[in-house]
Formats: sequence, structure tokens, C-alpha cells
Amino acid sequence: MSLFQLLNGLTFAALLFVVASGFTLIFGLLRIVNLAHGSLYLLGGYVGYSVAARTGSFAFAAVAAMAAIAFCGLVLDQGLLRFVRGFELRQVLLTLGVAFMLNDLALVIWGGDTFTVPIPSFLQGAIVQFGVFYPKFRLFVLLVGVLVFIGLWLLLNRTRLGALIRAGVDDAEMVEASGINIRRVFLLTFMLGSALSGLGGLLGGAFLTLYPSADSEILVFSLAVVIIGGRGSLEGAAIGSLFIGLFNTFGQVWFPELAYFVIFGPMALLLAFRPLGLFGRAA
Amino acid sequence: MTGARRTPAPAGIRMLVVVAVALVALAVLPFLLPTYQVSVATQILIFAVLAMSIDVLAGYAGRTSLCHGAIFGASTYVVLYGSTVAGLPVLTSMVLGVLAATVLSTLFGVLAVRTSGVYFLLLTLALGLIVWGICLRWTAVTGGENGLRGQLQVGALAQPRALYLAVLAGSAVLSFGMWRFVQSPFGLTLRGIKDSESRMRSLGYNVPLHLVIAFTVSGFFAGTAGAMYAIFNNFVSPSTVQLSQSVAGLLMAIVGGIGTLFGSVVGAFLIIALEQAVSLYTERWLMVLGAMFVLIMIFAPEGVVGRARALIARNAERRVDNDGSQAVS
Repeated sequence: MSLFQLLNGLTFAALLFVVASGFTLIFGLLRIVNLAHGSLYLLGGYVGYSVAARTGSFAFAAVAAMAAIAFCGLVLDQGLLRFVRGFELRQVLLTLGVAFMLNDLALVIWGGDTFTVPIPSFLQGAIVQFGVFYPKFRLFVLLVGVLVFIGLWLLLNRTRLGALIRAGVDDAEMVEASGINIRRVFLLTFMLGSALSGLGGLLGGAFLTLYPSADSEILVFSLAVVIIGGRGSLEGAAIGSLFIGLFNTFGQVWFPELAYFVIFGPMALLLAFRPLGLFGRAA
Repeated sequence: MTGARRTPAPAGIRMLVVVAVALVALAVLPFLLPTYQVSVATQILIFAVLAMSIDVLAGYAGRTSLCHGAIFGASTYVVLYGSTVAGLPVLTSMVLGVLAATVLSTLFGVLAVRTSGVYFLLLTLALGLIVWGICLRWTAVTGGENGLRGQLQVGALAQPRALYLAVLAGSAVLSFGMWRFVQSPFGLTLRGIKDSESRMRSLGYNVPLHLVIAFTVSGFFAGTAGAMYAIFNNFVSPSTVQLSQSVAGLLMAIVGGIGTLFGSVVGAFLIIALEQAVSLYTERWLMVLGAMFVLIMIFAPEGVVGRARALIARNAERRVDNDGSQAVS
């Protein structure tokens, strides 16, 4: 186990956390399983790529990707999901249909080529530490992952909006009865979760590259993270991401062709004992 | 099997006549169609079996699966690997393919049956994607992106019409098997589990065991469909096991109406006919598939067949109401 691979695992885990935290937020709090999350990731990456390629600004690309995908979330929630509220399976299958449409749309607009989001100059190159060359950008992703975790934790536990979200999860009717527009709170959460996948797409687009089936790959990892961590749990998503990130990296080193087994074997084993995941609670 | 004795005679006879007429019509069909349409019809039959296998689980055990496309495709992979790479006879490879699909679905069943509803959907989705990931990455065995190609249509099967008839015979037997399965006491128990798991548990039924068996049986049928597909297609690639395969199968079952079993045949016909029609005009089949899914979830979750039936019933009701007083719509 070299430091280089450990860092690879950690940075991949950070990226996964950014994507999966949005997924688990929407799943846990709104009870909506958004299977279009992977497509939103890919779309966010493509939008970020286009903006970064035009303007040359990575920060601007990040803002654009998050705003565009938050808007997609708004349209998805208000335009489509409102018709199937309360029907869990119909919601999931509807988002699956949306995923297919978004992927095909992305294929029409950006084609089947592989894109890499350009990295800003101050994050290019590598850091030499403890005898290891390590790309600066990957460390930056690790930092973003940690910041997103802290930010979300503070949002949920230290702000009024977070309190409303938590209260809405437990008893949406009571919150509404005390004069609060709970639907607006949920909509904000949905947009925030979507924006996180857009941000993930931009970061992932810079070090994993973007290509038409990247959405399924990130979706299966996010699913695994949420299945391991338990739905709606921020801590669960963090631990799940670390688990998947590290196992994936070492799996690829040790058994390159069977890396999937290395990740999903332990996941299956965990499920046999805790069907709702590590931090999952029954609804 | 005492099915014939237990069913009331008139309904049984009527059903028998309907089935016989349908079978004869389907058997005559290839001689009226051009070769290309015959192969489309063959494809419809194969996918009808896949959709029915999904309906066995979704409609009778209340578990909507998103990994049956992967189980189907795993069987296709094994058949092609067996007959082209390992050099086994086609029939042996088919048996091995079905066996592999059955074992795989037992494994998936053991992992998935403790969950239900959305969690089941997610878990089966993840399991199906693992199969896809392995088929894509394990290039030494699966050929990676290039897939495996073979020539499995031996002897008379090289004839499209003969192949169609063979597939028709196969799917007829399989459909009968699935129908028997859901009508059996075991199938009734599954319906009980679908309606109330806790009640069945307190009645002393071993719910997880029943579900694992149901999953295995359903996977067996998906595997037979996959084995037939190997013969039909002569080729397999990761796109055979990808998510859209499971989604298309589920969509066929939903369009036909979940819990109707034979509705899946109508669903398979409608979806594949639509795919053929759409591909004449555009390459954007996935877009259409996605849009269909969204529209059906919003407007007709009980399926097109069920929806049409409900609309007809409502119109009939309204006509009755209008005869009397003004109805509140």
C-alpha cells in the first residue's frame, strides 16, 4: 500500500462524496430516488467543460455547471415529479426515463468523444512530498470534498433551513401546519442536491474525463455509497465514499479486471447483516 | 399437476380455444411476412419471455427488478462463450447459459430479498450494473467492448422461418411454465406476500425463502430468453447486459400491465414495433424510450392495456350515468 495509491483512493472518495451526498440528501429527505443523478453529473461536466473551454475560467465553469444542473433539478421536480408525488416506484422509474433522455440529449449535443475539463494553471503540476509526486488538482478535489462535507453538516445541523429540512423529514404535515411552505424547502434541497452532482461532474470531468457511459459508472458508485451508508445520512455517505474509493483503487491495483468484485463483494456482505446500510433508519 | 381438473370447465375450454387460435395464428404468421419482419417477430417473442419473467416477480411477488436484463445477457454471454470459445455443442452451451443465469439469480435473490420497494429496485440496479461492468472490463473472457461473435444457427435454424418456429415453440412452453408457476399454490403464496408480508410471516410462511425461490425461477426464465437470444443474434456485447435492456424489459411488462403475465406479450410487441418504427426516422431511440417511460409513469402506470380497459369502463359508466341524472365528473 503506497502513499500514492492511498491518495488516489482518498481523492476518488472525495469526488464520490460530492456526487453521492447530493444523491443521499434527496433520497433521505425527500424520499425521491433520483436515478437521473448520474446523468446530471455527466451533464454538469459537459456544461462545465464547454464554459471552461470558452471562458478559460475554472471558477466560472463551476458556477455555471452548478447553476445549470440546479435548474435541471428545478425543472425535473416542478415539471415532472410533481405529477407522481407519493408514489415511490413511479418516481424512481420516471427519473430513470429522464436519465435516458438526458444521456441521449448529451450525446446529441457533445457527441461520443472523450473530454477533459481544462484545469486552471495554479492547480496544474504536481507536489513533491515524502518522495511522492502527486498532482495538485487531485489534492484540490480532496479539499473540495472535505469542504462540502463541512458545509453540508453545518447547513443541516446549524441553520434554520437545515432544521426545517430535518423537521420536514420527520413530519412534513406538522411543519406545514406551523405555517411553513415545506414544498419550497424540499425544492431547495432538490436543487442543492442536483447542484452538487453538477459540481461533481466538473471535478470528475477534470480528472476522470467525460464520455457517454460515465454517468452509469458514477451512478453505480453513488448507489453503492448510499446503500452502504444508509439513506439520508451524511456521515454514512462519507464513510461509504471512503470505503468505495479505497477499495476501488486497491482493487484496480491488485485485480485490475475484477475490481468490481472487490468493491461489491464487501457491500453484499454488509447488506446481508444490515439491509438498511450502516447509518440507515427504517422509514 | 392437477390444473386442468381444478379450473372450471367452461372458462378452461374457452381459454384453451383462445390459446390454440393464438398459437396457430402465430405459427402461420411467418409464412405471410417478409424475412426481415419474421426476424423482428422472433425478437418480440424472445423479449416477451424476458418481460414475462420480470412480471412474475413484479406482478406476483411485488418486487420490481432492474437486473433481469443483466441475467438475460449473462446467459447470452455464456452461450456464446461456450459454443465459440470453448467449442461446446450449441445445446450444451444453452443449458450452461440457463444454468449460469439461474445460479446468478439465486445469488442476487439471496442478497436482494430482504429489501423491498425502492431499496429492492436500487439494489437490483446496482447488481445489474456490476454484471455490465464485469462484461465490459473482463476483456480476456468477454471480449470487452468488442463482445463475442459466433455462428450458432446450426442446421435448419439458419432459416429465419424455422428459427422463428423454434423460438415460438420455446416461448410457448416457457409461457405455459410461467403461467403454471403463478397459478400454483406457490404463486398464491407470493401474491399473499405482495399484499401483506407481515401477515404471511405471522401465518408461518418463510417469506425470504419464498422470495429467493421466486427470484430464482424468474431468473431461470430470463436466462432461457437470453439463451434463445444468443441463437437469434449470434453476437453479444456489453450493450446486451446494460441497464437499458432491463429497462426495456420492465417497460414492456409495465406497458402490458403488471400482474397480467400475458400482457407482457402485447407490451413486447408494442415496444419493439415502436422501436422499429422510430428507427426508420431517427437514431434517437433512447430518447423515445425515456420519454415513453416518463409519460407512462405520469399518465398510465397501470399499463397501456389496463389504461385502455379503465377508459372503456369509465365511458361505459358515464353513459349509464347520463341516462339517469347528471353525473359529477
